[in-house]
Amino acid sequence: MADPTVTLNVTRYRPGQDQAPTSQRYTIPYKTDWVVLDALNYIKDQMDGTLSYRWSCRMGVCGSCGMMVNGVPKLTCAAFLRDYHDQEIRVEPLMNFPVIRDLVIDLSDFMDKLKSVKPWIIRKTEKPVSEGEYLQSPAELESYKQFTQCINCMLCYAACPVYGLEPDFIGPAAIALGYRYNMDSRDEGKDSRKDILTGHDGVWQCTFVGECSEVCPKHVDPAAAIQRTKVDAAKDWFKSYLLPWGQK
Amino acid sequence: MGSKMSGTRPDKSKLYHPQMPATWWLQKSSYLLFMLRELSSVFIAIFLIVYLVQIYQLTRGPEAYTAFAQNLSSPGWVVFHFLALLFSLFHSITWFQSTAVVMPLRIGARELPRQLMTGLNIAALIAVSIVILIFFNMLRG
Repeated sequence: MADPTVTLNVTRYRPGQDQAPTSQRYTIPYKTDWVVLDALNYIKDQMDGTLSYRWSCRMGVCGSCGMMVNGVPKLTCAAFLRDYHDQEIRVEPLMNFPVIRDLVIDLSDFMDKLKSVKPWIIRKTEKPVSEGEYLQSPAELESYKQFTQCINCMLCYAACPVYGLEPDFIGPAAIALGYRYNMDSRDEGKDSRKDILTGHDGVWQCTFVGECSEVCPKHVDPAAAIQRTKVDAAKDWFKSYLLPWGQK
Repeated sequence: MGSKMSGTRPDKSKLYHPQMPATWWLQKSSYLLFMLRELSSVFIAIFLIVYLVQIYQLTRGPEAYTAFAQNLSSPGWVVFHFLALLFSLFHSITWFQSTAVVMPLRIGARELPRQLMTGLNIAALIAVSIVILIFFNMLRG
């Protein structure tokens, strides 16, 4: 009996050569313990060295190998061939991003947005090391812990139709990280993130489709972070305009 | 922003910019459900306008009101109200699902499970609806 095979239908785009992406089929050996990334590595090593894609850790930590697998944003290091048994597997670059080459997308827009939400702890005044750590209770940690799991893989951006239609939208992961630091009891930078998180391209662009949270490989819930930021922003607005002691 | 990194950025003239098709919301059942949820507001808005007109007809006297109510019993309006009921129930369920996401209840460090919060909200909706039905039934009696 012939060894089992599987066919991958892979998007190709050669800048300066192709006007638009095309697709190319590769039939490769089928192994039950292979993931889509293993299949791509096999193609690159054995069949077509010109195929370009990003990858690094192969264990769902680095967030580099996100692609569309049969139309769904996936980390290809965690998408097993056996879950697509008996089908041709369509591998495309992450949706909603400009394509540099083949399966490689341009990250620069995301990197700018990520930086704009200041995803680090901001203190009004730093206390000296001699005074010890900034202490935090388990309940305080729990309020933001899940949002620390984000690996910046951008699957949530590929799943978000709002980002696809409004590319200026700050987007799920960046807002989730902004929220993560706003919720951190050690942080004092909420005011400096306010303009970007609740401004024109911030949380109010989100129509709560909810797919960002569905596709997250680390079970982060960016949709919740966005909606909770909306509630916070609405509360702040009421306080600033309706209460005499509110800060404008 | 990012000027230091500009040397490492790709040549923008060579990028391929994919466009979202107008039918993007047909590509996934979750996108379709989202669009239906958004569409539900149209049915609810029309229902509320009709309801306001109905109340206005009350101020014009019993004859005007009866004539309007008779119009509403035509098959077209019955179908519309049936659809509006389905959409408003769908909207209510998605609203309560959202409530559990947006306003989580914490007991100590733990969040109350979302399904439980959604279930409690729906149970409260059913309980309030029954109370209102009983109240109006008493008024009629």
